[in-house]
Amino acid sequence: MSSPDFWTQPPGTPPDASNEVAPAATAARPTAEQVIAGLRATTEGGADLVQLLTPEGERVHHPEFDIDITAEEIRGLYRDMVLVRRADREGNALQRQGQLGIWVPLLGQEAAQIGAGRAMRPTDMAFPSYREHGVAWCRGIDPTEIMGMWRGTDHGSWDPQEKRFHPYTIVIGNQCLNAAGYAMGQKFEGKVGDDDGEATICFFGDGATSQGDVHEAMVWGAVYDAPLVFYCQNNQWAISEPLERQTRVPLYQRALGYGFRGIRVDGNDVLATLAVSRWALDEARHGNGPVLIEAFTYRMDSHTTSDDATRYRHSDELEAWKLKDPIERVRVYLIKQQLADQDFFDGVQAEADELAARLREHTMNLPDPGPERIFSNVYAEEPATLRSQREEYQAYLSGFADSTAGGGH
Amino acid sequence: MAAPTMNNAPGATGQPPKTTTLGKALNMGLRAAMERDPKVIVMGEDVGKLGGVFRITDGLQKDFGEQRVLDTPLSESGIIGAAIGLAIRGFRPVAEIQFDGFIFPGFDQIVSQLAKLHYRTQGRVKVPIVVRVPFGGGIGAVEHHSESPESYFAHTAGLRVVSCSNPVDAYWMIQQAIDCDDPVLFFEPKARYYEKAELDTSLVPEPLFASRVLRRGSTATLATYGPSVKTCLAAATAAAEDGLDLEVIDLRTLSPLDLGPVFDSVRRTGRLVMVTEAPSESSISSEVIAQVQKECFYSLEAPVLRVTGFDTPYPPSKLEEEFLPDLDRVLHAVDQSLSW
Ligand SMILES: Cc1ncc(C[n+]2csc(CCOP(=O)(O)OP(=O)(O)O)c2C)c(N)n1
Ligand SMILES: [Mg+2]
Repeated sequence: MSSPDFWTQPPGTPPDASNEVAPAATAARPTAEQVIAGLRATTEGGADLVQLLTPEGERVHHPEFDIDITAEEIRGLYRDMVLVRRADREGNALQRQGQLGIWVPLLGQEAAQIGAGRAMRPTDMAFPSYREHGVAWCRGIDPTEIMGMWRGTDHGSWDPQEKRFHPYTIVIGNQCLNAAGYAMGQKFEGKVGDDDGEATICFFGDGATSQGDVHEAMVWGAVYDAPLVFYCQNNQWAISEPLERQTRVPLYQRALGYGFRGIRVDGNDVLATLAVSRWALDEARHGNGPVLIEAFTYRMDSHTTSDDATRYRHSDELEAWKLKDPIERVRVYLIKQQLADQDFFDGVQAEADELAARLREHTMNLPDPGPERIFSNVYAEEPATLRSQREEYQAYLSGFADSTAGGGH
Repeated sequence: MAAPTMNNAPGATGQPPKTTTLGKALNMGLRAAMERDPKVIVMGEDVGKLGGVFRITDGLQKDFGEQRVLDTPLSESGIIGAAIGLAIRGFRPVAEIQFDGFIFPGFDQIVSQLAKLHYRTQGRVKVPIVVRVPFGGGIGAVEHHSESPESYFAHTAGLRVVSCSNPVDAYWMIQQAIDCDDPVLFFEPKARYYEKAELDTSLVPEPLFASRVLRRGSTATLATYGPSVKTCLAAATAAAEDGLDLEVIDLRTLSPLDLGPVFDSVRRTGRLVMVTEAPSESSISSEVIAQVQKECFYSLEAPVLRVTGFDTPYPPSKLEEEFLPDLDRVLHAVDQSLSW
């Protein structure tokens, strides 16, 4: 990261191959309307989009980010995506049936998440937002472990240290600064600099890029040369607000302003997200971070089950993106290349149905926490004030237990 | 819940009384304020095309345009900070914070700038901003969507803090808050958005910064605000069946407090129970107690008791019924007070 033009190019491009100079400050600039039109114009992601598998299932090559991958690995990615989609749809259905308070769907973002998740090594750390069920899957977190949060029985049930997967963060952008600090720690402990190094990846949305915390995280990550990958899933919407409410430049280009590299990848192409994420995490672990990845994708469902996307966006947009489905293109590729037979697809389907059934069974039988959970773990050591409040409440509750009238009122 | 009684003087622009929800009343109040004053603008996340996640601003962008109803970038510091700039320039912004738990990225702007500009400029700069905050729990939500952060703001000099508890107040208070030249933190009980009451827009409203006795009683006094008002009224109704006559006071204004009616009440009943969803430690309820024990020292028959959320983070929603003050806990405290 020595010369500024390095930041603007994919790695490996010889410096003098770049004759592109930024336009002079006095050059005619597009109007705001033109800029917005440009942001909106494409569901393709533009010329800078890194893609290795087209929506039609054609394998294409990219000079910088190609990938060496076996048929078995591709089948594995396919299986991952089918299973997390199935879990996601089951979550949605469970909410509709009153079994969950809310569900946050990942539909459409399977490739963006599985590519990034599978690029991680066990020693890498992830800081998710709240939609990263696919990344959780890759960290070895069973979908059943995610349900309590949405059912209201817990605030997240996995062990973040063991899984190297931080709890979901709902306050938009907060986790990016936490990730910056964690990555600084990796570096301070000498875990960065060679192929055995560690890296951190943080996940956030297009809307989140407007938050001060995300900006600050990029400053901190850059200033401390932290082994940090900023992974922005640009799903085109922040609840009802389209991308142009957040930015006037393509998001990946913002990296330049912080002094690190930004890459836009086809977020619906799991080969590309895997390749780019692997590369970025490797750069980070070798001490060449941070990197910003913009995974260009689409939120195919409503924001959450509480939201109704038909109020603010046209269905033809969704129809256009359906043609770019992240799973379908892999299926087509596997079939066309004869890398998988019907038995394989049937097997994955059966596995998905099994997972869904297990998820449902688990969710419906999740025990409600007892009242003692309200008071537990507020502090490492319970202060006397809280203890007396807890005891008073327990005494109050046991008063009910004693009285046959159930409290009287 | 029955509509609280209002002064009976006719107003100029009234429409026939209509049964209205609290949420709709806010919408109507915002609309009325925007019609009256072209400098009133609404800003926040998803407030435009979507009409807000609770639909409080529904239809406003369609009728007033994108320059008066702004779908802002996703940044609360930006929402408050830019609202301050707009106010300095002569606008009267009404900023929506989508949920209580998301006000904190804007906390710095609120505490450091919004609260202090008038003071620092010796009154030369006014920042007549309303920050609308849906607050409180009871909706089965995930983390950060059920909090009661009002005490942080009441603790900050220069901010006014109010909370409405019913559709009639919602309609008037939001307009009065917009008219106020000081910044107002406006806490809306989100669990009560669908509560209905008869709204007669021709009546003259109560003043904004005044508490109000909603139910007269002689046995003990319940003081509360926001979502807990309904709980306290229900408790009073239940207590009446047991022959207890509870007075219920809706504080409405949390900063400045208007405790005159509470003092009067406690001097008659000798007993006060304060009810809030917010935790108790260093809170609005602490302040009420401090003042009441000073003003009503010789009238008190029992210490002032509190029924509040616990001094813990808001728990997973399956536990919120335990966490939130309910009828039983309120009546238990009344019993404790009576048998002190
Ligand atoms: C600080 C904060 N403000 C507001 C919200 C409410 N909210 C939840 S998700 C969301 C939109 C997020 O959009 P984006 O960052 O694009 O992520 P996506 O949900 O599309 O994955 C908003 C405004 C929040 N959770 N946190
Ligand atoms: Mg988004």
